[in-house]
Amino acid sequence: MTAEATPAPAEGAAADPGTSGPAAGRGPRARSGAAYLRYVAGKLAGAAVSLLAVLVTSFFLFRLIPGDPVKFMTGGRPVSAQQLAAYRREFGLDLPMWQQFTHYCGKALTGDLGTSYQFRAPVIDKIIEALPNTLLLTGTAFVLYTALGIVLGTRSAWRHGRLGDRLNTGLALTLYSVPSFWLGLLLIIVLSVGVGPIPGLFPTGGMESGGKEGFAYAVDVAHHLVLPVVTLVAVEYGQTLLVTRSALLDEMGGDYLTTARAKGLRDDLVRRRHAVPNALLPTVTLIFVNLGRTVAGVILVETVFSWPGLGGLFYQGLSVPDLPLVQGLFFVFASAVIVMNTLADLLYPLFDPRVGR
Amino acid sequence: MSTHDQHGRGRTGPRLRRTRLLATAGAAALVLTAGLATPLAPAAPQARAAEGAQGKKVLTVAVAQSVDSLSPFLAGRLLSTSVHRLMYEYLTNYDPKDAHVVPALATEWEPSPDKLTWTFTIRSDSKWSDGQQTTAEDAAWTLNKMMTDEGAATANGNFVTNFAEVTAPSPTQLVIRLKKPQATMTALDVPIVPKHIWEKVDDFSKFNNDKSFPIVGNGPFVLTDYKPDSYVRLKSNKSFWRGAPKFDELVFRYYKDQDAAVAALRKGEVSFVAGSPALTPAQAASLKGEKDIRVNEGPGRRFYALATNPGAQARNGEKFGDGHPSLLDQRVRNALFMAVDRKTIIDKVFQGHAVEGQGYIPPRYPTYFWKPSASQELAYDPEKAAELLDQAGYRANADGRRVGKDGKPLNYRVLCHATDPNDKAVGKYLKEWWGKLGIGVTLDCLDNVTDPWLAGKYDLAFDGWSVNPDPDYVLSIHTCAALPATPKDTGATDNFICDKTYDELYAKQLAEYDPVQRADLVQQMESRLYDLGYMNVMAYPNAVEAYRTDQIESITTMPAEAGNIYGQDGYWSWWSAVPANSGDSSDSSTSTGVVIGIVAGVVVLAGLAVLFTVRRRATAEDRE
Repeated sequence: MTAEATPAPAEGAAADPGTSGPAAGRGPRARSGAAYLRYVAGKLAGAAVSLLAVLVTSFFLFRLIPGDPVKFMTGGRPVSAQQLAAYRREFGLDLPMWQQFTHYCGKALTGDLGTSYQFRAPVIDKIIEALPNTLLLTGTAFVLYTALGIVLGTRSAWRHGRLGDRLNTGLALTLYSVPSFWLGLLLIIVLSVGVGPIPGLFPTGGMESGGKEGFAYAVDVAHHLVLPVVTLVAVEYGQTLLVTRSALLDEMGGDYLTTARAKGLRDDLVRRRHAVPNALLPTVTLIFVNLGRTVAGVILVETVFSWPGLGGLFYQGLSVPDLPLVQGLFFVFASAVIVMNTLADLLYPLFDPRVGR
Repeated sequence: MSTHDQHGRGRTGPRLRRTRLLATAGAAALVLTAGLATPLAPAAPQARAAEGAQGKKVLTVAVAQSVDSLSPFLAGRLLSTSVHRLMYEYLTNYDPKDAHVVPALATEWEPSPDKLTWTFTIRSDSKWSDGQQTTAEDAAWTLNKMMTDEGAATANGNFVTNFAEVTAPSPTQLVIRLKKPQATMTALDVPIVPKHIWEKVDDFSKFNNDKSFPIVGNGPFVLTDYKPDSYVRLKSNKSFWRGAPKFDELVFRYYKDQDAAVAALRKGEVSFVAGSPALTPAQAASLKGEKDIRVNEGPGRRFYALATNPGAQARNGEKFGDGHPSLLDQRVRNALFMAVDRKTIIDKVFQGHAVEGQGYIPPRYPTYFWKPSASQELAYDPEKAAELLDQAGYRANADGRRVGKDGKPLNYRVLCHATDPNDKAVGKYLKEWWGKLGIGVTLDCLDNVTDPWLAGKYDLAFDGWSVNPDPDYVLSIHTCAALPATPKDTGATDNFICDKTYDELYAKQLAEYDPVQRADLVQQMESRLYDLGYMNVMAYPNAVEAYRTDQIESITTMPAEAGNIYGQDGYWSWWSAVPANSGDSSDSSTSTGVVIGIVAGVVVLAGLAVLFTVRRRATAEDRE
């Protein structure tokens, strides 16, 4: 009954690589296993092609950045001509472009993303070093802002037009428009240094104080995590809130809700069991898009709070340009988005049986 | 459905919800409190930065630059090389007063009469931190490695290109034979590493020296821990031959945002903030007069100049690039500089945090500092500038615009760094000042200026270098030998200057072992460079930094009187820093503040919960 009242699923993710909007089902009503498998295979193939495209693009994309990595790295300090030549030879920059490309592809296919110019370490090591830090920050924030966005979005829609809704969406929109670095600095000044009667409660930056182990270390990291997470949640929850709110508003006129109420269901139940599940599809799309983005880090917030994550690493890579590092990071970032979108595609049929039939 | 029924159920809803909401609020408050509570245990933040867990005196320095490598054979960045200065002793060091060369690992040195053999006496009272004696063999091995292994030559290979042979005939004697005379032999800024540790390394181009701690060294500090972009931790080397540092630990902590670093200083999380390269005038102003904070301003190592494209060329004689031909006329170059009001640049752009530019080498190095005589000086004089341009044949047309030999109005492209606010601000002034002369200016502000720069596709450019106590390198980048071999290559040249007189002076100073005569030659080179008008030094930016006086009682600046602290030539600042007997008066107030904060937080949360519940009850009844 609920499924029949569901509108066609939103195609919010269609713009992202590897995702095509789920097509509305036609033909026989019963879902056939073979059709679903075909759907899955199609999505997986699409993802694989996208990954390959990313691999190739990342090589050429970053070679468009102006600048000579060797000149940048040796800038401002004494170097001899021999040293410059040695750098170029070591980085393979003396080879013709096509040869650099074949080397890159050959290595990438064996899982070797090359060696960072500036850090003289395998790119994969640098990524593995910073990835957990980024995931801790963005992951925590993701869970919180998604939950907050859905809860507040649902409330807002259910009581749309009232003062509460207006305050709620107003605040969310305001915070959504606030530049994250500015909010971060403000939080540092107020909650970290302390202003007037407000004491400095949190560390100014970094991920740890250093020299702590075990539980004390975990608490220390949690303590450092508070302000950056609060900043991220504040600027991000608005998006989820607004999407959830508008999707639910679309549902609110639905006949099936009147039916549910006519059956004698409590308002709360009508909302939770009938309206929200049907309105959630656009939010699910957004959740997966956000999930894909969590890997890319949040460069501004990472910078303001000196969080040692992937965003900062990417920025450092770009300024050189440290080609292997930025290529590797770009590949990882893009892959995360592709994987998450594919996952979303594969999960849609669970939310809306018409998809993938 | 009866409304009564609806209401009846509706009431249980809010009650349930209220409990849930309260529980959530409670949990949130708990998490907040947990996050707050533990770090408070080791006392207030002020005390925490200065005093470690076991009453250790810790000096914490806020830094932003990432470590590129902890291997002295690979590291090139200022932060990494500064850390290496602390970990490993070099052959020589520079006096904090006036930067003249003083003994370090070498106690004395002597060139042979033919100027080709240098004998260094290595001190016998320096030990590696694992207890082994430092000998001349360590130094010989380090230098030989750089001469024979390309990977080991990555960072400092330029120091050994002129070496023919390096030997250690005895544990206290290091002998270096040169291919040709080299006056910079007392300025070999190369960390000497322990042979018994480093001979186990296979591939010097990949070994980053950051896996096992502590790292064996013989400098004033021993590196004990490092986490990329989090911290670099060092402890004092109690057996350092010059005497142990007064602080027990030195920690470089990362603050990627300079405003956040200033906030951390204000809070007491760090003892020192350098700024990269300096605190902004606004930051300095905001810290001035703050309790327990001292803003330190000293002469910097940099010069800030306007470079002119002399017509890019390669060593093989090929010309390339598209520098404006009018700039080949010295009168035009001089006129342009005479229309630049350096005083306004210092006052308005640097807001007083710089010194007016004169010669090529900053006054921080008095031995080599040179300034033009009154008759030679290209002082600010727009009228004379206009005259010079008239003389050179670039007269104004009916519109008041000066016209080039090709009949087109003069317009110069000025290359500027988009990341440097000073470039942009000075560029605006240039537009105004040169505009009054009848010359147009196009500012090309780019994130990365190297491409047009190396291709010689600019007319003028903002330029700047950090100068070392031995000025050889910054002088060498204006010699013909530094030009690229062919237009396709990259040379060490700064902006394609190639002048015979300058080159002759350069060769002479490099072979002159008498310090006084060498300084005289260097000053002649600066004079020549000044007259040529291809490098016009506008300012010497100051180093602006700040530290907490309740954590650092005293610290050596360089030069000793009114000098800088971060990025010195040597380890003087951190080695000499004396910890303050920090009064713990702030403890109680901070703890009270924290308690107030927690209570306030809980009250706010509880208030929100009540508000929510009340609203919810009200609206539940409104619905339907």
